[in-house]
Amino acid sequence: MLSREEVIKIAQLARIALTDDEVTKFQKELSSILSYVEQLNAVDTSGVEPLAQVTGLENALREDVVQGVFPPSKQQTEALLVQAPAREGDYLKVKSVLKAK
Amino acid sequence: MKGHTITTIQKGITQKEFSAGEIFRQYRKRIDEHKNLNAFISVFDSGNAGEGVLSGVPCVVKDNMLIDGTRTTAGSKILDNYIATYDATVITRLKKAGATFLGKTNMDEFAMGTSTENSAYGPVKNPRDTTRVPGGSSGGSAAAVAADLAVFALGSDTGGSIRQPASMCGVVGLKPTYGRVSRHGLIAMASSFDQIGPITKTVEDAARVLNVIAGHDPLDATTADAPVPDYTKNLNNDVRGLRVGVPKEFFQAGLTPEVADKIRSTIELFKKAGAVISDISLPNFNHSLAAYYILVPSEISANLARFDGIRYGHSAQNADSLLDVYVKSRDGGFGAEPKRRIMLGTYALSAGYYDAYYLKALKVRALIRRDFDRAFENVDVIVGPTAPSTAFKLGEKADDPMALYLEDVYTVPVNLAGLPAISVPCGLGASSQLPIGFQIIGKMFDEATVLHIAQHVERHATGT
Repeated sequence: MLSREEVIKIAQLARIALTDDEVTKFQKELSSILSYVEQLNAVDTSGVEPLAQVTGLENALREDVVQGVFPPSKQQTEALLVQAPAREGDYLKVKSVLKAK
Repeated sequence: MKGHTITTIQKGITQKEFSAGEIFRQYRKRIDEHKNLNAFISVFDSGNAGEGVLSGVPCVVKDNMLIDGTRTTAGSKILDNYIATYDATVITRLKKAGATFLGKTNMDEFAMGTSTENSAYGPVKNPRDTTRVPGGSSGGSAAAVAADLAVFALGSDTGGSIRQPASMCGVVGLKPTYGRVSRHGLIAMASSFDQIGPITKTVEDAARVLNVIAGHDPLDATTADAPVPDYTKNLNNDVRGLRVGVPKEFFQAGLTPEVADKIRSTIELFKKAGAVISDISLPNFNHSLAAYYILVPSEISANLARFDGIRYGHSAQNADSLLDVYVKSRDGGFGAEPKRRIMLGTYALSAGYYDAYYLKALKVRALIRRDFDRAFENVDVIVGPTAPSTAFKLGEKADDPMALYLEDVYTVPVNLAGLPAISVPCGLGASSQLPIGFQIIGKMFDEATVLHIAQHVERHATGT
């Protein structure tokens, strides 16, 4: 069983805020899923190479040239920027990173 | 009730029974008349039919694929106001083939779910019985095709999200081989699993849509540079002599008796037609879900890190620092299932746990793939059920994440291995009277054989 502190720590790492009730709920649910996946410990995987790419494709190289939608037109840039919650000219505007003293 | 297929639309247009514009408006009207199903998140009022192999064929697209200039939510509040700025490659290809777009279909949030109850836009109802779920996560797409609100649909399948809803709604759902269809413009869930595929009324239509969307794409470096055959070509060949493997692990506890009976009687159809049926084993089958629920949440935790309230989508207004914007936007924007999986993945990838969880699961994935490779040395296809049961009641499993995860027990191993597979209707359950899907799994890039076998089921199964 995960502790409340562990759940809070995971949520912080994942940049998610949890209410006290959510901590209790996820503590129970995450622990139940983790105890289900524990069964993998019983599988003998000695000498087995991990499989991350199923088609065996390695690198897909191309010429390093400007192509496709680049450089974007003024309208394309605007279509992207208009979706930002805050902007200044062609820049995205964000809150301060460091708190003022 | 099946309604139009690609063939009947094209015949109707050629013989001037209706124009592309008329059939588009007819379908739009049907969509408005079936709002109770909640199959759509957005609908479009006009469709420009181009020239091509799908000229004037009205289709719908799961709301995690981008259509330039239109809203794309992925079933999430965090993308509620997001407008796509380009076409996904599958959309470019469908447009080039002349298809028209009726709307974007409802789905489990970020494609995480097996019942479409995880959508931020409310659950989809199964057209066969509106008190039941349509399956998921492509539940809106499957329901739309089953209710004839579109001629065909696109879905995406990470662990069964095309095949399981197709099974529950009584339609055809094809998950192509990993790398067969470009995911450029698909909102990513788990990048080493995700694949786009068709949901259709007939096997032939699935082949026709695959003909259009399959192929290498420079914009998705994981697509294979392998030739794309004409998938309609061998559909009607004889199945005599084809080697069909039946894994014993598919018929264990958990499979409902009416599904087991129907799957076995469908296998008999092949025996009768002269196919060679053999019992096989996939020894690591029982570990598939455990490996999947480590690997997929891990990839999710990385893919969904981009939703931070800065560039687009939901952004918290009551935040007082940059970090606060991230945390509050994600908290308000994500529903319970994405939060659950993001946290699981974050935990599995965190310092001290990576080897025990993530690396271990990748090794088990290799064993599962090896089981399939060995089986395919002696058989051409592997068959069994798509899902353990027919459609269940709305709300029945909503509070039990593990019960919903178990829905994908027969589909998940296929995604772990990257293989192509289809769900084709094979009849109704003896007690539930609801649709059952028959799953056919093929060798890498051998969609042609999968479709050929599925065509045999479609022709000979009764009561679908």
